[in-house]
Amino acid sequence: MSTQSSGTVTMAQALNRALRDALTEDEDVLVFGEDVGQLGGVFRITDGLTADFGEERCFDTPLAEAGIAGFAVGLAMQGFRPVIEMQFDAFGYPAFEQVVSHIAKMRNRTRSMLTMPIVIRIPYAGGIGGVEHHCDSSEGYYAHTPGLHVVTPSTPADAYSLLREAISSPDPVVFMEPKALYWSKAELELPARTEPFGRAAVRREGSDVTLVAYGPQVPNALKAAEVAAEEEGWSVEVIDLRTLVPFDDETVAASVRKTGRCVVVSEAAGFGGVGGEIAARVSERCFHSLAAPVLRVSGLDIPYPPPMLEHTHLPGVDRILDAMARLQWDDQPDVAHLEVSR
Amino acid sequence: MSKTTADLLPCGDPVQFLNEQGELTGPGEEAEARGYLMPSDEDLLAVWRQMVIGRRFDAQATALTKQGRLAVYPSSRGQDACQVAPVLALQEHDWFFPTYRDSMALVSRGLDPVEVLTLLRGSWHCGYDPVANNTAPQCTPLATQAVHAAGAGHGLARRGSDGVALCFIGDGATSEGDFHEGLNFAAVFNAPTVYFVQNNKYAISVPLAKQTKAPSLAYKGIGYGIRSEQVDGNDAAAVLAVTRAALEHASSGSGPFLIEAHTYRLEAHTNADDATRYRGSEEVAEWSTRDPIARLRTYLVGTGALTPEIEEEVTAAAESYAASLRERMNLEPEVAPLSLFEHVYAQPTPQLREQADLVRAELEEAQA
Ligand SMILES: Cc1ncc(C[n+]2csc(CCOP(=O)(O)OP(=O)(O)O)c2C)c(N)n1
Ligand SMILES: [Mg+2]
Repeated sequence: MSTQSSGTVTMAQALNRALRDALTEDEDVLVFGEDVGQLGGVFRITDGLTADFGEERCFDTPLAEAGIAGFAVGLAMQGFRPVIEMQFDAFGYPAFEQVVSHIAKMRNRTRSMLTMPIVIRIPYAGGIGGVEHHCDSSEGYYAHTPGLHVVTPSTPADAYSLLREAISSPDPVVFMEPKALYWSKAELELPARTEPFGRAAVRREGSDVTLVAYGPQVPNALKAAEVAAEEEGWSVEVIDLRTLVPFDDETVAASVRKTGRCVVVSEAAGFGGVGGEIAARVSERCFHSLAAPVLRVSGLDIPYPPPMLEHTHLPGVDRILDAMARLQWDDQPDVAHLEVSR
Repeated sequence: MSKTTADLLPCGDPVQFLNEQGELTGPGEEAEARGYLMPSDEDLLAVWRQMVIGRRFDAQATALTKQGRLAVYPSSRGQDACQVAPVLALQEHDWFFPTYRDSMALVSRGLDPVEVLTLLRGSWHCGYDPVANNTAPQCTPLATQAVHAAGAGHGLARRGSDGVALCFIGDGATSEGDFHEGLNFAAVFNAPTVYFVQNNKYAISVPLAKQTKAPSLAYKGIGYGIRSEQVDGNDAAAVLAVTRAALEHASSGSGPFLIEAHTYRLEAHTNADDATRYRGSEEVAEWSTRDPIARLRTYLVGTGALTPEIEEEVTAAAESYAASLRERMNLEPEVAPLSLFEHVYAQPTPQLREQADLVRAELEEAQA
């Protein structure tokens, strides 16, 4: 099963392969959730796992998310390594109590005598024309919960490598899969190994401004960097966080100290979110290097809109370019603008 | 083998072997047919002994709370038969899932009382090793443990063990979604899990009548295909018999089992609660006459199993247990602020290390 495969690989295939390799390597790994068995999951991430590993290892559960998460807690108590799937971001909410009160806290409550090596896979965020309750960016809820690692790949190689690391982690990992990137491709040889948890990746080097992005917004940030270079001649550095918890202050701060400007890009609603946390951390660490305030480009502070309006909500290339344009390039503080907007 | 409704339904009346006067009234034909057998005098004596010690423990914990040694204490006085008999029926390799109410059950399982009271003392959360003791941390988010017990039961079966997960839960918590998800998962996976509902009639102030219209909480198993039973929870003999049958049922691969035990919380919800705001003293007085310990004592004295010498020995054992607990709880517990950072992740994140440095500096400054 663990044959070398190379060529063009989608993120979905890379995730599937990571699950396969983990199931092969460790008898205690169990994959379960809604429709993950025979069907292979609504996004086919678990395609073929039941056929190849048997119902014992990859199985459908009753339709109850708290049940799935709580069942994983009980199995972890017996030494298993559950990898569970929440079918969509917003359908992970029924499991919230189990995730926050037990999965996240068990190590702490028991002074590390009982640990929860559980992976919670969550297809998240929008941009795929999904109707309501199918496109939430729920990473902030988890990132705000001590005890959880929160991971979100933006490339097939990271999808494979980070998921393998998540499954072998001694601690619970909320593994957030950007739906919009499931079908993104890369030339790749699997099994791929990339940087471990806690290291951000510099996806493009630059010297004038840093774009900090993660998950579904990384491709937009890269595109914006390209356009900015072509049209404005700005040299833009793009950082892909890869893991929100643990957070790589070092890479982000080093980049901003070098460039002196920073825009944080996230798809989630901005207020109280991960993007604001990052902006604060950058300000705290890089104040004297900054030529302009740290700006955020985020989703609007609205419930995720219907498909025909989602483009209004999503931070796209243009909004990122606009934000970069507001970074006081002529040393003329754009105070009026800052007062009326973010 | 498909189960019929009749196979799953509880007895029409709670199973009772000993009436309130301690007279032998059961097991009747129906109970015997269901496999609920009168325990031996020796086993009942062990239950009585532990109930006496358990109640003394409970009184000591209440006293320690009044003295400010515990942050809060939810007493289980009056529920002693439920606290002791099911736990004594467990084997070491079975797993136990207690709630905040079940400290007496935990010490009856043989756990160190100081470790058990760590949570309520407030020097940490769970004080005992769940893995070494096959006992989950006491669960406070209501009913969430019902799903853990389903998963743990399933996990035990996967490992080829004949162990069972025994899950305690309160009457009010049976209204929570996780209770139902737990029952359903346990049933679908045929998990060896026994749910033991202590129906002590109240969820803080809210009486059972406001929780459910079910004729008995035991009926809640039927919809999930789970065999269910109701028992007089103040009759330790019946509680022991029914729990044994349930554990055997689960252990032998017949799936989960739900027990409703009718009992009563004689104390307020916790020391911080004022029960006079929601119930009358007549009700409490009436339930006091159904005391599980007195009832079993009468029976065992009658059979000759309980002699004055044994009673004297047990009273002394309970006193010395309480004295040792008192002594240990009166020592200031060790609390180490920096340990707060040690058990969030296997490896602290860089951010936690920074915060630990900050706290360390504060501590050093305070010392200087
Ligand atoms: C999810 C949740 N909601 C509310 C509470 C607060 N609470 C603690 S105990 C309790 C009553 C529970 O009653 P019951 O299940 O009958 O158990 P008992 O306390 O009687 O043993 C409540 C409401 C809680 N712990 N968890
Ligand atoms: Mg109650």
